[in-house]
Amino acid sequence: MVPFFFAYFSLVSILAGVLTVALRNPVHCGLALLTLLLHVAGLFVLLNAEFLFAVQIIVYAGAILVLYLFVLMLLNLKTDERYLHTRYAVILFASVAVCGELLVLLLRSPFGGAKGDAPAAVVLQEGASYALGIKMFSDYLLPFEIVGVFLTGAIIGAIVLAKTPTAADAEQE
Amino acid sequence: MVPLSAYVAVSAILFVTGLVGVLIRRNFIIVLMAVEVILNAANINLVAFSHYLESMTGQIVALFVIAIAAGEAAVGLAIIIVVFRGKLSTNVDEMNLLKW
Repeated sequence: MVPFFFAYFSLVSILAGVLTVALRNPVHCGLALLTLLLHVAGLFVLLNAEFLFAVQIIVYAGAILVLYLFVLMLLNLKTDERYLHTRYAVILFASVAVCGELLVLLLRSPFGGAKGDAPAAVVLQEGASYALGIKMFSDYLLPFEIVGVFLTGAIIGAIVLAKTPTAADAEQE
Repeated sequence: MVPLSAYVAVSAILFVTGLVGVLIRRNFIIVLMAVEVILNAANINLVAFSHYLESMTGQIVALFVIAIAAGEAAVGLAIIIVVFRGKLSTNVDEMNLLKW
């Protein structure tokens, strides 16, 4: 059952990724990106990461994608006649070559490594959210706080950047 | 049982797809969407290694990546709005003010 679902989720996410890059209308690109995000969330379930599955859907598909679609609505773009780079064929060819080379290397490598401290049986028993929370708030507390400060800075920066210039600002200039 | 290299292969294909998007699209918003595709490819990699090497660290880093993607989207879209206000366009070829 798992290989079947893996094949479905991975094929649809690759297809949606290609559509995100290739479609002409920006709104259609956003919807293809939504498909990609949901199917990547499916891959997370197959990997026993149910907390990341929820975060992926709530934060990525729920918040970030809505932000993109909102800006698309706000700017009301016309679809360009020429929407690709002039030399896209060269880039495409080089990328396909690089991708093939990468795949040959990756599919041949054994990926050995030292096992960590969270065996699948233990994680399944107590739940990935619990295991993740314990680890996050003991070993990774400082990075967690730094991410909080980073997000605050990003929000303030976005508001300052996108603020409509007022009459007072115009007088100063 | 799906081997680890299958997940890494999917992630590599998605990464190259996003990279092509960043390079060939001319609309800045689509370029940011392609960056999201790249970040998702990285997340698949992190979670797959976290599962197969039986460590929670990969999932925690993936969570941080999602948080950084949120910040990147907010600031990037704010920059798009500022540029659009001046140029009435989101074409990356026309954004050359900082070009040396």
